[in-house]
Amino acid sequence: MKLSYLSSLLKRMRIPIHNTKDTLVGTPATRNLRYDYKRHLKERVIEILLFLAAFFSVFITFAIIYMLISESLVFFEHVSLREFLTDTQWTPLFDDAHYGILPLVSGTVVSSAVALLVALPLGTTIAIYLSEFAPFTVREIAKPFLELLGGIPTVVYGYFALLFVTPLLQMLIPDLPGFSLLSAGLVMGIMIIPYVSSMTEDAMRSVPMHLREGSYAMGATRFQTAIKVVMPASLSGIAAAYILGISRAVGETMVVAIAAGMQPNLTWDPTEPAATITAYIVQVSLGDLPHGSIGYQTIFAAGLTLLLMTLAFNILGHLLRKYYREVY
Amino acid sequence: MVNEIMQTTRPGASTSSTIKSVVNNLTFRYGDFQALKDINMVVHEKQVTALIGPSGCGKSTFLRCFNRMHDLYPDNHYGGEIILHPDNENILSPNVDPIEVRMRISMVFQKPNPFPKSIFENVAYGLRIRGIKRRSILEEKVENALRNAALWEEVKDRLNDLAFNLSGGQQQRLCIARALATDPEILLFDEPTSALDPIATASIEELITDLKNKVTILIVTHNMQQAARVSDYTAYMYMGELIEFDVTDTIFIKPKNKQTEDYITGRFG
Repeated sequence: MKLSYLSSLLKRMRIPIHNTKDTLVGTPATRNLRYDYKRHLKERVIEILLFLAAFFSVFITFAIIYMLISESLVFFEHVSLREFLTDTQWTPLFDDAHYGILPLVSGTVVSSAVALLVALPLGTTIAIYLSEFAPFTVREIAKPFLELLGGIPTVVYGYFALLFVTPLLQMLIPDLPGFSLLSAGLVMGIMIIPYVSSMTEDAMRSVPMHLREGSYAMGATRFQTAIKVVMPASLSGIAAAYILGISRAVGETMVVAIAAGMQPNLTWDPTEPAATITAYIVQVSLGDLPHGSIGYQTIFAAGLTLLLMTLAFNILGHLLRKYYREVY
Repeated sequence: MVNEIMQTTRPGASTSSTIKSVVNNLTFRYGDFQALKDINMVVHEKQVTALIGPSGCGKSTFLRCFNRMHDLYPDNHYGGEIILHPDNENILSPNVDPIEVRMRISMVFQKPNPFPKSIFENVAYGLRIRGIKRRSILEEKVENALRNAALWEEVKDRLNDLAFNLSGGQQQRLCIARALATDPEILLFDEPTSALDPIATASIEELITDLKNKVTILIVTHNMQQAARVSDYTAYMYMGELIEFDVTDTIFIKPKNKQTEDYITGRFG
């Protein structure tokens, strides 16, 4: 006891404890320093398991892409890429078969555009309110409800569009057909709101308080702070939220399949019925087309188109995020 | 009480003795925690007043009462008054708009907090908030503010660069320029150098000394040497109370209170 006190005192005074007269025995070691193979082996096994889990998801992604591309190649042996991209009709199951993807793309673009016109402004507004204005209790109550909106099965949204929104819209636009991109798009927009608002709010809330305080200290109001400081500071997160919203809109299937109609139709008018890429794929995969027939192959070509569209948005989002990387 | 303080400080006061603000029986409480207890003090115009004391003594809380920063958070309660001159108005009164207070009393924070904007737009922020849109006025005011913050020479060729590209010390001077651009009457500094290296600290301190001809300054610091170097008046706080307030030289050379003396001499804190 006394000795250890003395040695610590010596250490503090930076006087070497071992001088030449000292023996180098000291207290016996409590642990030996040998390399513990068992421990490192265990660590290695865990590492491999973790790697396999990560690898699995990457593998599946590549497997899907491989399947889409290889099956599409079969399709493009029969149909030229030129015809696929420029023909204005998509009638692969008719006797007079046409293989122009444009009608399906237009249906997808129009319904997605309508959805985004609803989801992005509304989602952003909700996020600004919840993140910057709402009192704690309001936010704690509103957020779960909003997220519940994202938990409703899409098929329910589909029938909501067909049986409730479409009749409602028909009161405003009397000659609106029973199936329309407008109705499907509107409901799809409502469906996407929680994704956009939730991610946007998370991004805005992660902006450190000292940045907000800097703005308030200059005499800014809450709204000025939200628009001029918090949103620019969370731009990358907001971009990610928007991209997710776009991807969801482009890839959404049930709502458009139910409410927008199944008829490929090259149009930019949202009040018309038109099939989207996803709706077409559902329609064809549910039918009994012989495996390997050209009609069957079309779904892979359509699927590949869809994949490329969402991939383009994801890359765009990635670039945006890199460009507006947040540094506090 | 206030008169007493004014009288005790006046004989030692170096130059001006115009009063910019008077703090009367200020209390502050968040939730059940009484953070400030019955504080009485005066702030002299165009002088530097330092608030010192150990961590948690309430000095930052006190500073943040001056621009009603506590209003941003729920369950905060002010008591007493902070009278701002020449208006002779209690800025803690519910009739006073905190935004108007912040329009006249600016603040520089502990950590440099430039906005995710260009250098120019950072400084122009307060002006734009006040509705100034004319490019020529903005340019003139931004340049002036940057010159006053001793940053103009370093950034004049890259005003459109993102503010994050500046060094820590430059960012803090940018925040000072931002606060100066709107010609505030009082400038609050909340430990402005605690996140900076010694060289950047020296330049900020020099800047504070230069600025006191233009603006009344209140500075919170946990660095006693800094208080001694930059301030004309010093307030020593402990556990939410103002223990002693006097001319800085008096506080550091012959404090009247034993507690202050112990803190100044490093016996605790």
